[in-house]
Amino acid sequence: MFDHARAAVEAALAAGATYADARYVEARDEQIEVLNGSVEQLDRGEAAGVGVRALVGSSWGFFGTHDLSSAALKSAGSRATEIAKASAVVPGKPSPLADVPVVEAEYETPYTEAPLEVSISDKVDLLMAVTAAMQEVKEIRLARASLGAWDTHKWFVSSQGHRIHQHIVETGGGFDATALGESETHRRSYPQSFGQFETGGFEVVRRWDFLGNAPRIADEAAALLTAADCPEGEMTLILEASQLALQIHESVGHAIELDRILGWEAAFAGTSHLELAKLGTHRYGSELMNITADATLRGALGTFGFDDEGTPAQRVPIVDRGRWVGVLSGRDSAAIAGLPPGGMVRADGYARLPMVRMTNVGLLPGDSSLEEMIADTERGVFMSTNRSWSIDDKRLNFQFGCELGWEIRKGKLGRMVKNPTYTGITPKFWAQLDRLGGQDEWVHWGTPNCGKGQPMQVAHTGHSASPGRFAEVRVGVKG
Amino acid sequence: MTDPRKAADRLVEIIGSRGEAEATVAVGRLELTRFANSFIHQNVGEEYVNVRLRVAAGGRVATVTGNRADDAALSKLAEAALVVAATQPVDEDWPGLTAPVKIAPADFSHASTNGATPAGRAAAVKAFVDAGKGLSAAGFCDTDAFETAFANSAGHRASARGSRATIDGIHQTGESAGAAHQTSNAFADLDGVAAGALAADRARRGMHAFDLKPGEYEVVLAPEPVATIAVFLDFYGLNGKAFNEGQSFVELGAAQFDEHITMIDDPMGPGALGEAYDAEGTPKQSTMLIDGGITKTVVHDRRSGRRAGAASTGHAWAMSGSLGALAGHVVVRPGTDTVDDMIAAVERGVYVATFNYCRILDPKSQVVTGLTRNGTFMIENGVITGAVTNLRFTQSFVKALGPGNVLGVGDDLRYADSEFGQGVVRAPSLRLAAWNFTGGAGG
Repeated sequence: MFDHARAAVEAALAAGATYADARYVEARDEQIEVLNGSVEQLDRGEAAGVGVRALVGSSWGFFGTHDLSSAALKSAGSRATEIAKASAVVPGKPSPLADVPVVEAEYETPYTEAPLEVSISDKVDLLMAVTAAMQEVKEIRLARASLGAWDTHKWFVSSQGHRIHQHIVETGGGFDATALGESETHRRSYPQSFGQFETGGFEVVRRWDFLGNAPRIADEAAALLTAADCPEGEMTLILEASQLALQIHESVGHAIELDRILGWEAAFAGTSHLELAKLGTHRYGSELMNITADATLRGALGTFGFDDEGTPAQRVPIVDRGRWVGVLSGRDSAAIAGLPPGGMVRADGYARLPMVRMTNVGLLPGDSSLEEMIADTERGVFMSTNRSWSIDDKRLNFQFGCELGWEIRKGKLGRMVKNPTYTGITPKFWAQLDRLGGQDEWVHWGTPNCGKGQPMQVAHTGHSASPGRFAEVRVGVKG
Repeated sequence: MTDPRKAADRLVEIIGSRGEAEATVAVGRLELTRFANSFIHQNVGEEYVNVRLRVAAGGRVATVTGNRADDAALSKLAEAALVVAATQPVDEDWPGLTAPVKIAPADFSHASTNGATPAGRAAAVKAFVDAGKGLSAAGFCDTDAFETAFANSAGHRASARGSRATIDGIHQTGESAGAAHQTSNAFADLDGVAAGALAADRARRGMHAFDLKPGEYEVVLAPEPVATIAVFLDFYGLNGKAFNEGQSFVELGAAQFDEHITMIDDPMGPGALGEAYDAEGTPKQSTMLIDGGITKTVVHDRRSGRRAGAASTGHAWAMSGSLGALAGHVVVRPGTDTVDDMIAAVERGVYVATFNYCRILDPKSQVVTGLTRNGTFMIENGVITGAVTNLRFTQSFVKALGPGNVLGVGDDLRYADSEFGQGVVRAPSLRLAAWNFTGGAGG
């Protein structure tokens, strides 16, 4: 299998590239969705091909092909070099590649049950049972459950001598119940709003006990129909862990991407409020804020052996006791910034250019607990499970909506509230973090739908989090 | 290059009498030249084959996808589809296959796009960059030339060719940015100089911005934010599946919008990019969505149509089983007002060039939050008096276009970037009576 990639690399070099690398990828996936007891989607996909990247001077070219014939692979390599030469019409500064170990290696996701080998009938039966359990609650109009799995082999070859084979297995799913009111809808999801995905096999799905949680989720969706509105104003906010994970993703994970900081994503995804000159001194948040980008966490969705440039997975400190100390980088961006390469460059399939992507950007646990936080709150709102998310192009001004909330009064959870929202500015918000749940409540949440790049690429990222408490946050924003 | 007609036919042939088969095959070349900090930093190309086969065997349905069209790969794919389908319960809502209907082979492609080269795209990028006269440019120029084919075991066949080319970018001054967007089926239509000059002009006029106090303001929206609104109305409301499920705002026949709002899905009209039929082979046709403020219809694929007791409107796509049918060629009908006319009529308001990161809070009320980006300006006494820092809004899009709220409709119809993909919406500028800004750059 390395031969496909090697042929493309050799062709790129022969056409004039000074460096080239290529990935031969074989990817299989499966997506199943059941709605109200009916299979709405049962898709199985397979794709294979080679993507080759060529460097000429300071300019890159990339070409992807599904055609694995010798002629097509040679053409792809030379085409990548031709594209790189065209890039020189509008050239940038010299773009060196940071050194990384040149290795020949193998990596495989630890898993127990290969997800694509579990019978589809068993999966559909599970989803049917989950939707049926939710439909027991009469207010539930839509009961939806889904499973997804990806099984990906990658063979990476570079002109510097890398030969790396990886087998990545990712599995997960989730379900949601929707109750429809006269003029609004209310949805409750489990384990989180997009489902929970991890690296691993079908044991991931079994561990989350979908069926056991379905009645509670349906009851909560129904209860939202008669819940009070979320209070408005500035007050204490406690976030359930999966919502805090998305908060990390949006207001930290994207902001620390070095390509954004360098302006490479300015027109589309945006830039960052962070300035490289302030790396090591900028205060990102309170002393409780310790964030790492850790691609080595067993089971987390952003875990692998090597990134798509052949750099080994690693654990990189990002925020240390509130101080910004690290970025997400690849070989070219790290070299420009004068930083060690972080091994955080990945591509969405063989036909896309590898780019800086989050690995597992997580908030290390504290020493409190959800119970303690609530007990120690005079007035506030506890919000759970994301419903909407929006943040500006510098990753500063954000507004999130959650599926449900509860008022907190004098240390106790009060009435349920609907349509809870909160808004803030990134460094001010993180400075208000004053309680953080401990190891027992720390979960490696997965985000399977992180969009970035042009053409659009979707990445699977991880965000470990426990519940957190923030002081004086504006909540209850209404349209 | 693979002949998609032969591949689609072959899939149907392999399934034979073992089930109902529906095959779509797309082949093409997508190339994209991306620039930032005024140089080309990512430059990519791809030759693709997308094969999709849906089978129904004894009422048991499955879909498989692949990216190879050689005979061995097609056979493997077809057999996999049958194996997976056999594991399924009978689909009580299986709507059956599209009956044969004559669809003339359509060719919306343009030779300049089909033959576009990396050097050609680089030249367009250079023109955009140079037009900024020293500002920092970022964006992309891409070309997509494709051919599609459809076949099913009911004997229906269709094929089409199409192309799309886009240049989209910003110029940045260091404290402000301005955007410009052009899309056409013809790469030759793209004018990098004009796009770059417009973006640079907006960027320079965006300097020295001040923080505007949040609140309700009259607005003039450029085609980009109007396109974003159209996409939300489309995806969350005019979608037949969402309507069937009771999640849509739509009340058919009701005057839900201002009389100046007319929205059509117009896949075959002027400026069309290349879809003569949908993913189920149903012919595309012009569909009136909102006519003079009255919501006229929702769009269906065969499944949502069957559930609604209606026919497919030709809006199936690869994900419509899960996400519902979509109008993919939306035109917001233009008016006769120039942008200058609309601004001149505003006593105190805001001009918005682009929205950013819009997300829905509730699909039924269409309350959306998002931000302004790449050009937000204060309008006072009919003239733009200065730039405003980006604002956050929380606003029902249905209410914003509601009866009496549309004060002007621009004459500047064009493809606009809705932030959810190019080539989907053509829109003019709009002047709206009220827009709810709920936060500024500082929170």
